[in-house]
Amino acid sequence: MEGFFQALSSYSFLQYALMAGVLASIASGIAGTFVVVKRISLISGGIAHCILGGMGIAYYLGFDPAQGAVVSALIAALIIGLVSLKAGQHEDTVIGALWAVGMALGIVFIARTPGYNVDLMTFLFGNILLVSPEDLRLMALLDGLILLATALLYKQFLAVAFDEEHARLRGMPVELLYLLLLMLIALTIVVLIKVVGLVLVIALLILPPAIAGRFANSLFQMMAAAVGMGMLFNAAGLVVSYHLDLPTGATIVLIAGMAYLLAPVGQRFLKKAPALAGRG
Amino acid sequence: MMEIVEVTDVDFSYGTGNTLQGINLRVAEGEFLGVVGPNGGGKTTLLKIIAGLLAPTRGQVRVFGRPAARCGRFIGYVPQFADVDLTFPITVRDVVLMGRLGFTSFLGGYREKDEKAARWAMEQVGVWDLRQKRLGNLSEGQKQRVLIARALAGEPRLLLLDEPTASVDAEAERAVVQVLRKLRKSMTIIMVSHDLQLLKDLVDRIVYVNRKLRWISEDSDTSLSSFLQLGN
Repeated sequence: MEGFFQALSSYSFLQYALMAGVLASIASGIAGTFVVVKRISLISGGIAHCILGGMGIAYYLGFDPAQGAVVSALIAALIIGLVSLKAGQHEDTVIGALWAVGMALGIVFIARTPGYNVDLMTFLFGNILLVSPEDLRLMALLDGLILLATALLYKQFLAVAFDEEHARLRGMPVELLYLLLLMLIALTIVVLIKVVGLVLVIALLILPPAIAGRFANSLFQMMAAAVGMGMLFNAAGLVVSYHLDLPTGATIVLIAGMAYLLAPVGQRFLKKAPALAGRG
Repeated sequence: MMEIVEVTDVDFSYGTGNTLQGINLRVAEGEFLGVVGPNGGGKTTLLKIIAGLLAPTRGQVRVFGRPAARCGRFIGYVPQFADVDLTFPITVRDVVLMGRLGFTSFLGGYREKDEKAARWAMEQVGVWDLRQKRLGNLSEGQKQRVLIARALAGEPRLLLLDEPTASVDAEAERAVVQVLRKLRKSMTIIMVSHDLQLLKDLVDRIVYVNRKLRWISEDSDTSLSSFLQLGN
């Protein structure tokens, strides 16, 4: 542990990695909470994999792939959102198709990009240790957008997530709010890609909120706890991967996965704790 | 007395065959109307059409003289228990405050007047003390009263209830009935229920809905029972 802190004070890449973990946790704790309570992890997975298509096209055309990711994330959220609103019973088929086609598009364009070879593995599995100050600025900007939108529209998002029909009766623009929510989730995925890559992004999006949901009384509590847990998993993943020389993104996901599996035990213990205290 | 619900020649279809056909219904202000009928007979559909949540495939629905779809702010709707996600992490207070959507500013949080209206609604149904509890941790009867409080928070003139006493125990049913007795003095109510005894004790008139609508004669227990048993 001491070795890690010494390295942290010496190497800026580790400091950036830690900051990236904090920024990613804010976005994923908030947006991931909506993914879990609204049960839209398939839709979120579809958006994540479509982003590769946009990044591939951005590379091919010579644009910054990070900006390409933002634009393609928003477009993917709109397309998949509209599909999920209109496709009805065929929703999972259409989203599955978009998921695969988006990814295939990205692979083809990256392969055809002239000049230099892009490391596809970095997109797919991320590398938090390669985060640059520019990446951190973009992540902070996206975090700011997600926080602002959630603060302004919290009660509407809550209403749409809890009971769409009632929200509609009260005159809320339910479809528009749903699309906005998907766009926030899409921006969050862009933030998370740097940390764990496209393939593992869903894990970091849903595991901390899924654990928090067991203990939280309200959506706000669930978000706050998910943000805190995300930070903890990111930091722990960084420390463990540093000492055991493991891939950091995958280590973070494995720690989050273990916490998810242990959460029911913790929940049972917490329920029993007051009773045990009462006996004493 | 002024008619506030006017359903005229309404048909409704979910795609295959008519769920409702040729429905005509008038409900006067201050009236308490009971709706009975077999499962799948179209009771919930009729309630949703009156609430403006579903558009009829033919015919016209006017509530307070306007098209139903534009009357949401005057209507309180209590859905069937099973339609609400009771595992959702949400406090009683947050559920009831949702009844204020459409009355408060679109951006930002709720205002003081919304908090006051929500408090009034929670006190009406006796759940004020539970306001910080998670919805999923309440008893069935308490959950049902929370959903009624949400509908009341918007200070509705018309309250629509879809089987509010289904899947609650006898004690919870008594609590819900007590609330309804109090509310009937101040608003028009339409309630779907399978509980004949409950309806006979509470409502002014009863309609039977099974694709078509038929009025149940006011003083005939036999007529009411036979309708339900035979599924006419």
